[in-house]
Amino acid sequence: MAIPAELNYTEDHEWVKIESETAMIGITDYAQDQLGGLVFVNLPAVGDTFAVGAVFGEVESVKSVSELLAPLSGKVIEVNAELESAPETINNDPYGAGWIIKMSVSDPSQTGALLDATAYEALTA
Amino acid sequence: MPEPFQNRGPRPTIYESSRPGATCVCAPVADTRDASSDAFFGDYARQAAPALPQVSEVEIMRHYAHLASMNFGVDTGSYPLGSCTMKYNPRLNEWAARLPGFAQLHPSQPDETVQGALQLMYELQQDLCEISGLPGVTLQPAAGAHGEYCALMIFRAAHTAAGNPRKKVIIPDTAHGTNPASVAMAGYEVVTIPSTTDGLVDLEALRAALDHDTAAFMLTNPNTVGIFDPQITEITRAVHEVGAFAYCDGANLNAILGITRPGDQGFDALHINLHKTFSTPHGGGGPGAGPLCVSAELCPYLPGPVAVRTETGAYARKNPDKSIGRVRSYMGNFAIFVRAYAYIKMLGAEGLRGVAEQAVLSANYLRVIVQDTFTVAYNRTCMHEFVLSGANLKAETGVSTLDVAKRLLDYGFHPPTIYFPLIVSEAMMLEPTETEPLAALDALAEALRAIAAEAKSDPELLHSAPHTTPVRRLDEAGAARNPNLRVVQGFCS
Repeated sequence: MAIPAELNYTEDHEWVKIESETAMIGITDYAQDQLGGLVFVNLPAVGDTFAVGAVFGEVESVKSVSELLAPLSGKVIEVNAELESAPETINNDPYGAGWIIKMSVSDPSQTGALLDATAYEALTA
Repeated sequence: MPEPFQNRGPRPTIYESSRPGATCVCAPVADTRDASSDAFFGDYARQAAPALPQVSEVEIMRHYAHLASMNFGVDTGSYPLGSCTMKYNPRLNEWAARLPGFAQLHPSQPDETVQGALQLMYELQQDLCEISGLPGVTLQPAAGAHGEYCALMIFRAAHTAAGNPRKKVIIPDTAHGTNPASVAMAGYEVVTIPSTTDGLVDLEALRAALDHDTAAFMLTNPNTVGIFDPQITEITRAVHEVGAFAYCDGANLNAILGITRPGDQGFDALHINLHKTFSTPHGGGGPGAGPLCVSAELCPYLPGPVAVRTETGAYARKNPDKSIGRVRSYMGNFAIFVRAYAYIKMLGAEGLRGVAEQAVLSANYLRVIVQDTFTVAYNRTCMHEFVLSGANLKAETGVSTLDVAKRLLDYGFHPPTIYFPLIVSEAMMLEPTETEPLAALDALAEALRAIAAEAKSDPELLHSAPHTTPVRRLDEAGAARNPNLRVVQGFCS
């Protein structure tokens, strides 16, 4: 199961890529494997704001529907609209073309609570 | 040489088999005068013949006999679909439901002409009240989830009458998916609480979530990992302390029938799946029924009408005083009530208790003989069902629970419920029910053992299973992503 060393992670199996004030967010390889073939992704609107832990969207697979929880507080600045017609992109490339949203981070200190790759690997072992 | 099972593959639909002019019945030419449908029906008279398939009687018989031979049901093999209680449906039920005095009634007939049917419903109501330990019941809901939704509407009516409709409903993370769906449909907010490491309600988490905006707590007991919650009276007491209602999802009633009653455990409402516990057909086999039993406090809000016995001893249909209204046409799925009534009367009180005891014994026997093959989640003496995890097998061989389930079809078994409950990785939920013979339980365990061995020796065989069924592995993700819903000549095909 791929766990890129340069990313941060949450216990809810999301990955976060911090670039100065913005964060790119997706679900991990482990998460997509557990969910199985994704059939639907419910995305937020650009401009929506979420507090850390709030539900910002949903992913639906043939097995179940899972909520996406905001790993950091902030405002959505871009969504990956491609996923609406091709949710399987998350299965095929969870850390690349399968990214879900980009947020502008309102409280950079929250990044301290995210897991690094080593800690996330321990969580999924 | 003809291929074995040549009749088992997919065939054209009955519409695609239509041959213009073919017919089953030769009706005589109408000899009545002035029989103009235009004059009688006016603008509603049909101008074109209905597009029904035109086939001979033998073609119809072969078409449906063929479909029946492709089907897998509890009459053809073991069906250990957890939480669905796929027990055998006794033929006595079918005989009773087909009695002309029941089968040929119209629900609009006046009460005095349907006294037998009303008496049957009244007595079934009495029996369900006795079994549930709750004094009121509506037979109307057509399914378990319908019963849940009906209960939530009753809770809202009772809370509103008390001055505050309240806002949220608490559900443990082991709940059936219909629970949060019903809550959302009823306009309440869903609050999920985690389970303990034993798979039970986390009483502290429940207490922390309960407040005066809580309308209800919904619980399946025994729960979906097959464990009866020993803290149940403490749980219902905590719920009542904030003025909320305790709701029992009766999906798993089969395990406790005649042994303990949800009403005695402190529940205010319970739905009963007649198509599970009381042996009426499931799904495509017939409509369901999810009667809702309620406490005395909630009786006035029940949907109406309900069957009552008047002072003169006659039976009648009556609306409760503060009824939330009708939730189903007429009295509900009456022919299903006849089947459930026949089952209850056939077994009697001791027989029903025997059902629960045998169902629990069967589940525990199966649990013990499969535990050398798959990890049992929350492995302890269980109730009517238990959950296996295929996580180790997947880690070792790459064979998933989905692959195991598909391969079971090749061994002649319906797969168990898979990937549920969500708290168990690669879950398989098995419920053998009381009607499976010992030899069938042994054969199921043997099949699981053989499949686990195949996973190690030939994983590809399992990834591509099933290999012997009329329809092979379906692309479920593809079907959901790109549904092909063609409409041809007014028919879905």
